[in-house]
Amino acid sequence: MTTTAALNAGERTARKDDPGAAPRKRRSGRLRRIGLPYLLLFPAILLELLVHLVPMVIGIVVSFKELTQFYIRDWDTAPWAGLDNYKLSVDFDAPVGEALLNSFFTTCLFTVLSVGLCWLLGVAAAIFMQESFRGRGFLRTVFLVPYALPVYAAVITWSFMFQRDNGLVNHVLHDQLGLTDSAPFWLIGDNSFIALLVVSVWKGWPFAFLIIMAGLQNIPKDIYEAAALDGAGVWQQIRRITLPALRPVNQVLVLVLFLWTFNDFNTPFVLFGKAAPEAADLISIHIYQSSFQTWNFGTGSAMSVLLLLFLLVVTGAYLWFTSRGRKVTDV
Amino acid sequence: MRRIRAAAVGAVTLSFALTLAACGGGSSGSEGSNEQPKTLTYWASNQGANLEVDKKVLQPELDKFEKETGIKVKLEVVPWADLLNRILTATTSGQGPDVLNIGNTWSASLQSSGALLPWDAKNFEAIGGKDRFVESALGSTGVQGQDPAAVPLYSMAYALYYNKKMFADAGIEKPPATWEELAETGRKLSKDGKWGLGAEGSNLSNNIHQVFVLGKQHGADFFTPDGKADFTSDGAVAAVKQYVDLMATDKIVAPGNAEYAQNQSLSDFAKDKTAMVLWQTASATFKAQGMKDDEWGVAPAPVQSGEPGSGKATNSMVAGINMAVFKNTKNIDGAKKFVKFMTSDEEQVVLNKAYGSIPPVKAAQQDPAFNGPALSVLRETLATSASALPQVPEESQFETVVGTAVKELFADAAAGRAVTTESVRAKLEKAQQQMPKK
Repeated sequence: MTTTAALNAGERTARKDDPGAAPRKRRSGRLRRIGLPYLLLFPAILLELLVHLVPMVIGIVVSFKELTQFYIRDWDTAPWAGLDNYKLSVDFDAPVGEALLNSFFTTCLFTVLSVGLCWLLGVAAAIFMQESFRGRGFLRTVFLVPYALPVYAAVITWSFMFQRDNGLVNHVLHDQLGLTDSAPFWLIGDNSFIALLVVSVWKGWPFAFLIIMAGLQNIPKDIYEAAALDGAGVWQQIRRITLPALRPVNQVLVLVLFLWTFNDFNTPFVLFGKAAPEAADLISIHIYQSSFQTWNFGTGSAMSVLLLLFLLVVTGAYLWFTSRGRKVTDV
Repeated sequence: MRRIRAAAVGAVTLSFALTLAACGGGSSGSEGSNEQPKTLTYWASNQGANLEVDKKVLQPELDKFEKETGIKVKLEVVPWADLLNRILTATTSGQGPDVLNIGNTWSASLQSSGALLPWDAKNFEAIGGKDRFVESALGSTGVQGQDPAAVPLYSMAYALYYNKKMFADAGIEKPPATWEELAETGRKLSKDGKWGLGAEGSNLSNNIHQVFVLGKQHGADFFTPDGKADFTSDGAVAAVKQYVDLMATDKIVAPGNAEYAQNQSLSDFAKDKTAMVLWQTASATFKAQGMKDDEWGVAPAPVQSGEPGSGKATNSMVAGINMAVFKNTKNIDGAKKFVKFMTSDEEQVVLNKAYGSIPPVKAAQQDPAFNGPALSVLRETLATSASALPQVPEESQFETVVGTAVKELFADAAAGRAVTTESVRAKLEKAQQQMPKK
C-alpha cells in the first residue's frame, strides 16, 4: 500500500518537470494568443516540410517509377512502373524478394537481440552506479566513451580488431586464451552477425545507461527506505519499485533504441563495406545496395516505403499497447 | 517527440530521397557555359598510396596550368570507395565538379546517364585529336558507335608480380605462364605460413577484373552481343569457379584473403608472406610498402595454354582512368583546356611516371621512362592481349552483383564449404536476377 501511494507521488513529481507543461504560464495577451505561437512554429514547420515531408513524398513517387541510370539526371522523366517495384519487392519466390525477406528477418532478430542487450546492460550498470563509491565518476565517464566517439572512427577500429589474421579479437580468443581451434572469420560468413551485434551493443548501451540513470534520479530515496523497513530485499526493491518507476522512461527508450537499431546503416556499412555478408545483411544496407549499387532506385524506394509502413505499424501498435497499460496503472 | 520519431522512422527513405530532392533536374542537352571562366573544380581519383601522395603529385601540375592559363583548379582527391557514389550524387543534383576522373570500366554506365560531355570530333579536335591516343585505351571510353563519354588519362594492365627471393629459395627458375603452372608453382610455395598467390576476395571490382579475364579465356563475355546480362553461361560459371578454386581446391591462396579489400594482399607480398599477386601497375604500392624495385619481378598474367594474345588468350582487362567533363560546367572552355593540358605529351610523362602507369597517349609512351622491364610487360599486354570490359550501361551493376557473388563464394571457400559448379551457378543466377529489368 505504502509503496503504491509513494510511487504515484513520484510519478507526479516527474510530470511536473515535464517541459510540456511550461507554456501554459505564458499564455497572456490577445495578440500572443493568436499569432505568436504560429509565428514561432513557422520556421520549424517550414524546415519539417523541406527536410522530411517533401523528400518523403518524392521517395513515394519514385517508388512508382522505373528509375535507373538512364533517368537519374532528370528523374521526373523516368517512365511510370505502376506497382512493378512493389511486386518485385514482395515476390518472395524470386531472388530479389527472397533476399529482401531474408534481410528483414535478419534485421528483426538483430534488433531484438541488440535492443535487449543494450537495455539489460544499461539497467544493470545504472542500478549498480546508484550507490556512491570510490571511482564512480571515472567509471561513469568510461561507460559513456562509446557514446561520445564518432561512429565512423569507432566502427572502423572494430573492423580492424575483427580482422581474421591480424585482428585483436582473434589474437585474444585464439592465440592467448585458446578458446577456438582455428582463427575464425568475423567479417565474412556466419560470424559476421555476432560481430555486428557486438559492435551495435557496444555502441548503443551507453545511451540506455544514460537515460535510465536519469530516470533513477526521479525515484525518491524514501520509498526504498520504507520498503526496506517493510522487509523488502534488494531484488524485491528492483522488481517492485525501480522497474515500475522506470516504466515511462523505458517506454521511450526501447522505442528509440528499436528505431535506431532497425534503421542502423553506419555500423554495417563501415564494418563490412558495400556488400554485407548474407548473415549480417541488415535491411538498411540491403536497400542501399538495391538503390545505389545496382542503380535501381525505383525498387529501392519501394522497399523503403514498405519499411516505413512496417515501422509505422509497429510503432503505432507499441504506443497503443504501452499507453493502454499505463492508463490501467493510473486508475 | 513525435517529430523525432517520424524522423527516425523515415531515415532510410529520406536519406535516399534527399539526394533526389536537391536535384530540380539538371537541364539536359546543354553543353556547358562560360559563366565562370576563372576557376575549375577537379575530382581526381585516388591513384597514389594515399590521398596526400596524390595532392603532392597533382598540385605542382595544377599550379603550372594556372600559370599558363590563369585558371585556378580546385583539387579534390576522392577515394575509390566513394567515387562512383559521389559521381552519382553529382549527376542527380547537377552540383558536380567541372572535370573529373572516372574508372574507365564505368564509362558506358555514366554515359547512359547523359551527365557527361560527349567527346565528338569537335571536342577531340580541341585536345589535339583522337589519333593521339592508343587504340585499346579508346575502347573503354563508352558504348561502341557513340561519341566517347571520356578521354583516357592513365592506362594500366594486369600482370603477374612475383617475389624473386621466395622463388629462388624454393628453387623456381621462371614465373608460371599458364594456370596449371601457376597452381603447381603455388603449391611449392604454400607452406610454413607462406602462400603462393594473393587475392582480394572482398574487393568487388578486383573480383570482376579477374573473372572477366578468365571468362574471356573460357569464351564467355557476361553480356550477350545485344547487351543483355548473361552471367550463367557455362564459360562464366567455369571462370568464376576457376578463380575461387585457387583458394578452394588448389589451396595456394590463404583463406584469410577472402576478407581482404584494402590491398592487404599487396602488403603481404611486400612482407614476403605471399609469393605472387595478379595486379595492375603495383610498383608504386610496393615502393610505398618498403619493397625495393629489384626484389620483385613481373611476367604476363597466366593463360589456359600457350602465349597470351587476343580472344581466348586474353590475359588482362584494359584497366585505366579516364577524364570526363560534366555537361553543366560553367567553364566549358576552361574544362577542355584542362583536359588538353592533362593529356598533353609532357604532362602524360610526368603523371604516369609518378603513378607507375602507362600513358594512353602514343607520343608519351615513347619516353624512356616507360621502357623498363616492368612497364614493357604491361605495355605489351595492353597492346596485344588485353580486352575492355563490356561497354554496356549496366557495367557498374555487373561489378556490384557479380563481384558480390564472387565475394560470397570466397567466404564459402574460406569457411571450408564446398564450392561446386552448382553453387557457383546458383550465386550467378541470383546476381543476374538482381540486375534491373530492361
